[in-house]
Amino acid sequence: MKQLIQDIFVAVSLVFGFTSLVLLIADAPVLDAFKNIWLGSFASTMKFSQVLTVWVPLVLCSCGLLFTFRANLWNIGIEGQIIMGAIGGMAVLRMPGLENPALILSLSFVAAILGGGAWGLLAGLLKTRGGVHEIFGGLGLNFVAQGFILWLIFGPWKRPGIASMSGTELLPLKLWLSSPPGWRVAYAGLAIAITALILTWLFLYKSKLGLKLKAIGKNPRAAVLYDISPEGYYLLSIIIGGAFAGMAGFMQITAVYHRLIPAISSGYGYLALLLVMLAGYRIVPIPFLALFFAGLNVGSIQLPIVLQVDSTLSGVIQGCCVLSALFVLGMRQRRKQS
Amino acid sequence: MLRIERPVCSGYATEAQTIMIGDIPLSVLVASVLAASVPLIIIALGEMITEKSGVINLSLDGAVLFSAMVAFVVAKESDSLIVGFLAGGCAGMVTGLIVGYFSIYLHLSQVAVGFALSLLCRDLAYFLGNPYSRVQGPTLISSKLPFHDMLPDFLQKITTQPLTVPFALGLIVLLVWFFKSSRAGLQVRSVGENPAAAFARGLNPNRIQMLTVLAGSFLVGIGGAAYSLSLKPGWGRPQGAEGIGWIALALVIFGSWQPSRVALGALLFAFLQVSGIGLQSLFPTIPSQVFQTAPFPLMIFTLIIMHYSTSKTRKHGEKDSGLHKWLGILFMSRAPKSLGKSYRQE
Repeated sequence: MKQLIQDIFVAVSLVFGFTSLVLLIADAPVLDAFKNIWLGSFASTMKFSQVLTVWVPLVLCSCGLLFTFRANLWNIGIEGQIIMGAIGGMAVLRMPGLENPALILSLSFVAAILGGGAWGLLAGLLKTRGGVHEIFGGLGLNFVAQGFILWLIFGPWKRPGIASMSGTELLPLKLWLSSPPGWRVAYAGLAIAITALILTWLFLYKSKLGLKLKAIGKNPRAAVLYDISPEGYYLLSIIIGGAFAGMAGFMQITAVYHRLIPAISSGYGYLALLLVMLAGYRIVPIPFLALFFAGLNVGSIQLPIVLQVDSTLSGVIQGCCVLSALFVLGMRQRRKQS
Repeated sequence: MLRIERPVCSGYATEAQTIMIGDIPLSVLVASVLAASVPLIIIALGEMITEKSGVINLSLDGAVLFSAMVAFVVAKESDSLIVGFLAGGCAGMVTGLIVGYFSIYLHLSQVAVGFALSLLCRDLAYFLGNPYSRVQGPTLISSKLPFHDMLPDFLQKITTQPLTVPFALGLIVLLVWFFKSSRAGLQVRSVGENPAAAFARGLNPNRIQMLTVLAGSFLVGIGGAAYSLSLKPGWGRPQGAEGIGWIALALVIFGSWQPSRVALGALLFAFLQVSGIGLQSLFPTIPSQVFQTAPFPLMIFTLIIMHYSTSKTRKHGEKDSGLHKWLGILFMSRAPKSLGKSYRQE
């Protein structure tokens, strides 16, 4: 226990030390930067509700990644899966003829899951059938999804008159997910994220599926001896991962941007990869760390205005957190051996 | 995610030529492909060296941007291109140091460390480089060969290139020799194939790996500098080198860890990029962004073709005859045996 506290202390001071150093190099006031991140994220209910809008897609993506990591797959294609989820959802929202908003939104949700899941399946097939490592297959599919969304925004789905990077036309108000008065985060988003956490916990820790995924992740050759087909479970886990990412894409279009923009994923897929690594591939720390990461993201938005420094500071801190945690982990393993 | 704003073939005369490809004269096309491929060749070869010793540096995409930023800022402040290039190399080396230390001495997952470092470096580059966005700075200009005037017009266009071009071409030759014929090259290869055996033969695998990673990542940094100081001069967001690191990683596989094949892959990718610009005018209805994105997935998906065209060769060895033999020779890719595994030295 004492060792653990010491480790955490080392990691936290590494993060603070490195971030301060970076701020000093950029000639920015160190304490003010930290203070502004805090003020911009957790200081008011308004800001906090904004943090929650980031928390929802982060949690969804992390849940999906837990499945793929359990099977020892690096689902870097998650960014493309978010994009394809958003596109799938948007396709339904743009469909003429449907009147009932609740029905349209539910159908759109299903379409988003299918879009993300299908994109995940493709990455999985590239690995199992095409002999392409999932990192490269996923990356390739990310690029394809990126090209596809650009084509849609500048082509068939362009705003009447002008096509631009600012995206498609705004959705009609009735298709926005409703949120508590004065808050930014949608009821449905919170409900879906919490449900996702519970379901993921049940499936990964309390079901045979979780056990089998673990067996394959640890040793795919031995798993075959127990009649567990690695290929099937690889595909299953990456479909689930893609489905969760698709839900995140749905949230981005119905609760945050209310339209399709080129950067619809906001990089949350890659951020979730960092998050799950920092959580040590376990589910319990994820909601808390997701809150922390979301706070950093939202808190750093105002940095360019207040301190004239770039908002990518949040990314620097997040990346540094993961590397520090890895460093401490490596040191601990080293101590155990000697 | 990626956007190439400035056309790659800028800076070359576009007067009418006898041979035209689309609406680009052949000599300009060759010259632009060569110029566009140079940073990529340097980066991919740097990663190839690293991987030859058994270590994957997955932080490439961030490392390229970070070193591009450092190179530009240092070159601007010191007003010296050489200092800029060296600073870029050193910035790359820092990323190599981190990946190397974490994976070789702490035995952590190379993929995890590399990926986290990649995002960290990218954001660090944007953060620290922000004040230098869209600022004019020193640029490496194309220089003529000493016997420039004696060459035919066609060759004059192709050979008027920045000094990075001869550097990259020399690097290919040097690395072919290094891995084929030098003692040190053999040592690096043996560590990448079987570190335990190398250790038994009296080598120090961890030290060799660390030195190789540092050398490789220095080259990656030089390649990053070649972007911000020569090919896409300046710094900005996006810089134009986004995504290149991932392509370099794919090229190493495409090139089967052989210097000449890796360089060939880089030329192929540059050709796709440059011809995208030409195709744009043929298909005006398709947004230009699609053409700028297309080479990236195309390059990665060539790995599928390689997998299928060599599946027979992999099963039956190289005894096959006819088409499969040739496909095998062309597309077979064999990684160093202990690539990605960490070796615990006694």
